Amino acid sequence: MGRETPKQQQVSYTVEQLVAVNPYNPDILPDLENYVNEQVSSQTYSLDANLCLLRLYQFEPERMSTQIVARILVKALMAMPAPDFSLCLFLIPERVQMEEQFKTLIVLSHYLETGRFRQFWDEAAKSRHIVEAVPGFEQAIQTYAIHVLSLTYQKIPRPVLAEAINIEGLSLDKFLEHQAANSGWILEKGHGRGQLIVLPRNEFNHPELKKSAADTVPLEHITRIFPILG
Amino acid sequence: MAANYDYEEAPGTYDDANRQDLGYDPNFVPDSVKSFVVHLYRHIREKNVYEIHQMYEISFQTLSDRLFKDTPWPSVDAVAHYVDNDQVFCLLYREMWFRHLYARLSPTLKQRIDSWDNYCCLFQVVLHRVVNMQLPNQWLWDMVDEFVYQFQSFCQYRAKMKNKTEQEIALLRQFDQAWNVYGVLNYLQAFVEKSNIIQILEQEKEGGEQFTATDGYDYSGGSNVLKVLGYFSMVGLLRVHCLLGDYQTGLKCLLPIDISQQGVYTSVIGSHIATIYHYGFANLMMRRYVEAIREFNKILLYIYKTKQYHQKSPQYEQILKKNEQMYALLAICLSLCPQAKLVDETVNSQLREKYGEKMARMQRYDDEAFAIYDELFSYACPKFITPSAPSFEEPLVNYNQDAYRLQLKLFLYEVKQQQLLSGVRTFLKVYSTISLGKLANYMEVDESTLRSILFTYKHKTHAVDSDGKIISNADLDFYIDDDMIHVVESKPVKRYGDYFLRQIVKLEGVITDMDRVKLE
Repeated sequence: MGRETPKQQQVSYTVEQLVAVNPYNPDILPDLENYVNEQVSSQTYSLDANLCLLRLYQFEPERMSTQIVARILVKALMAMPAPDFSLCLFLIPERVQMEEQFKTLIVLSHYLETGRFRQFWDEAAKSRHIVEAVPGFEQAIQTYAIHVLSLTYQKIPRPVLAEAINIEGLSLDKFLEHQAANSGWILEKGHGRGQLIVLPRNEFNHPELKKSAADTVPLEHITRIFPILG
Repeated sequence: MAANYDYEEAPGTYDDANRQDLGYDPNFVPDSVKSFVVHLYRHIREKNVYEIHQMYEISFQTLSDRLFKDTPWPSVDAVAHYVDNDQVFCLLYREMWFRHLYARLSPTLKQRIDSWDNYCCLFQVVLHRVVNMQLPNQWLWDMVDEFVYQFQSFCQYRAKMKNKTEQEIALLRQFDQAWNVYGVLNYLQAFVEKSNIIQILEQEKEGGEQFTATDGYDYSGGSNVLKVLGYFSMVGLLRVHCLLGDYQTGLKCLLPIDISQQGVYTSVIGSHIATIYHYGFANLMMRRYVEAIREFNKILLYIYKTKQYHQKSPQYEQILKKNEQMYALLAICLSLCPQAKLVDETVNSQLREKYGEKMARMQRYDDEAFAIYDELFSYACPKFITPSAPSFEEPLVNYNQDAYRLQLKLFLYEVKQQQLLSGVRTFLKVYSTISLGKLANYMEVDESTLRSILFTYKHKTHAVDSDGKIISNADLDFYIDDDMIHVVESKPVKRYGDYFLRQIVKLEGVITDMDRVKLE
C-alpha cells in the first residue's frame, strides 16, 4: 500500500504535465483515460485533464468510450457548485447525450441545479449502478447540499436538512454531533417544532458581514495620481 | 482583411477555378502591382515598419478596390521575379492573395487546400528559421485571425457533405490532413511556446523584459514576428476553443494576457474586439455573468468613442458587426443577471434603444421569452464547428449545424432552469420579511417547491469564479430563519473613491491647460 501511493502520484504528475505542455496530441488519449479511472479510485479530480480527453473524443469520435465519459460526468457532478458538469456537456455530441445513462445523469444534475434534493436522492437510489461506481459520490453531493443550505439559511429546521442531505434518525443525530464539534454548527430547540440547526455565519446568510467591495479602490488606481500629488 | 463571419455558401464545384480564370489572366501584372511588390519587398528588407504598414493597410486595399474588385490578384509566380524570387516574400504575398480571395470571392476546395499548404510553409519558416523582419502588428494579427477564420470556414464547408461532387469527395479523401484540427491547434501552440511569450510577459511584470512598452517591436536589431505571432496565437487559441465549445480551456489560454490593462492586444482594434468578444462569450457560457457584463460594457464604450476613427479602414464593417453582436450578448447577460449599475450610461442608452423591449420580454420567461433568447444567442454566438473528419458513407448528410444546435440547446436549458427566479424576485422586492407559507401561497406552489425555488435562486446567483471563490451577483438577496424569509436589498453604493480620483485628474488637466495658456 505504501509503495503504491508514490507511484500513483508520479503518474498523475506526468499526465498533468502532458495536458499542460502537449494537449493536442492523439497519443495521450490512453493516458487520459487511465487518469480518469485513477481519479475515480483515488477520489481525486482534474477538470483540465478530463476536458482534454473530451476534446480528443470530439476530434476522433470513433475512439470515444461512453463508460469513461459517464465517469467524467459523475466526477463533474461531484464538483458542484462549480459548473463543471455543463462544461463537459458542451463537448459531448447530442446523440451520445441521448443515451439512457447520460439522460439519467442530466436529470440528476438538473435536480441539483434547481435545489430539488428529495427528487435527486430518489433518482440516485434508482440509479445505484451509475453512482455507486464512483466512491465519494454521496459525501460530495452532501457537501454541495450543505453549501446551498449555508447560502440560504441562518437557522434551518431539522426535516429540511434531513431531506437535503438524505440522512435521517440516529445517523442524522451522529452527523449533527460531528458537525457541532468540528464545523461550528449549533443545535437549538425550535418552538415545538423539533430541532433547529444554526449554521455558521458567512456573508451570504448574514448580509451585514458582506464587505462593501464596491467602494474599495485598488492600489493601482491610486498610484496613477501619485505624479499629481507629488 | 479579418474574418467575414457571415460565411456565405460556395457552390464549390471544380469548374469554379476555371470560371474565375475566365476574364482574368493570373499572369498579367499591371504596373501598379509591379510597383507595389517591388516597394513592399524593399521596405520589408529595410525593416521600414511604418511604410510596410501604409502599403499593407492602404495601398493593398486601394489596388484591390480599383483593379481586383472581383478577381484574384496576379499569381505569385507572375510577380516572383520582381522580388528576387525571395521565398519568404512569396509566402507573405500568397497569404495576402488568399485572404483577398476569401474576402471577395468564394474559394474552391483546391484553393482552400493550397491556402493551408501556404500557411504550413510560412509558419514552418517562422518557427524553424531565424527570420529577420519587423512586420506591423496589424499584419501579424491578420495572419492569425485569418488562419483561424479559414479553419472555421473549412469545417463549415466540409460538414456540408450532401451536395458534394465526386471530385470534391476525392480531393477531401486525398488531402485529409488539410485544415485538420490537430494541425491548427498545434501551430498556434507552437507559436506560443517557441516565442517564449508567456515567460516574456511574466518577466515584463517584474521589469525584466520590454514587450508591451515597445508594442511588441524589437528595437535591438531583432525581429518581432515570432514574438508577436506567439502573443496573438493566445487569442487565436481562445477563439478555436470557443468554436469547439471548450470555454474553460479557452480562457486558460488567454490567462497570460492581462485584459484589465492596455497591451499589444489593444494595439490592433481587430484583436482587441476579438479578445473581449470571446472572453465575454466564454464567461457567459460559464455563468460568470458579472464578469461578462463588465468586459462587454468596457469594450462597447470604447467602440462608441473610437469607431469614427475607423470609418475608412477595411475592418470597419467587422467592427460594427461585432459591436451589434456584443450588445445582443449584453442584453442576454443582463436579463439573466439584472445588474444595471454595472453598465455605463452611454452603453445603457444604446442597449435600451436596441434591445429594451426584448429584454423586458425575456424577463417574463414565457414561451416568447425563450424565442428571444434563442434569437439573440443565434445572432451573436461564434460559428461553432465539428472538428472531426466527415463520414464518407452513404447517405451523405449535412451536419454543419450540429455544433451550434448543441450549444444553443444547452444554453436554453440553463435559461429554463432560471425561469422561476424572475417570479421570486418580484415578490422579494415588495416584502422585507415574509413567511415561507405565505409566499408559497402567493406564488401558488407548495412549501417544498418554494424551498427549491429559493435554493435555485441562491445557487444561480452565487457563481464560482476563476479562483474557485463564491461571489454573489444577486441584486436582491435574502436569508431564511426557520420559516421566515428576510429580504436584504443591496443599496447602490456611492463610489466616492472613483469619483474623487476622476476629479483630481480632471483638475490637474485644467491647471495644465491654464499653464499652457500663460506660456503663450
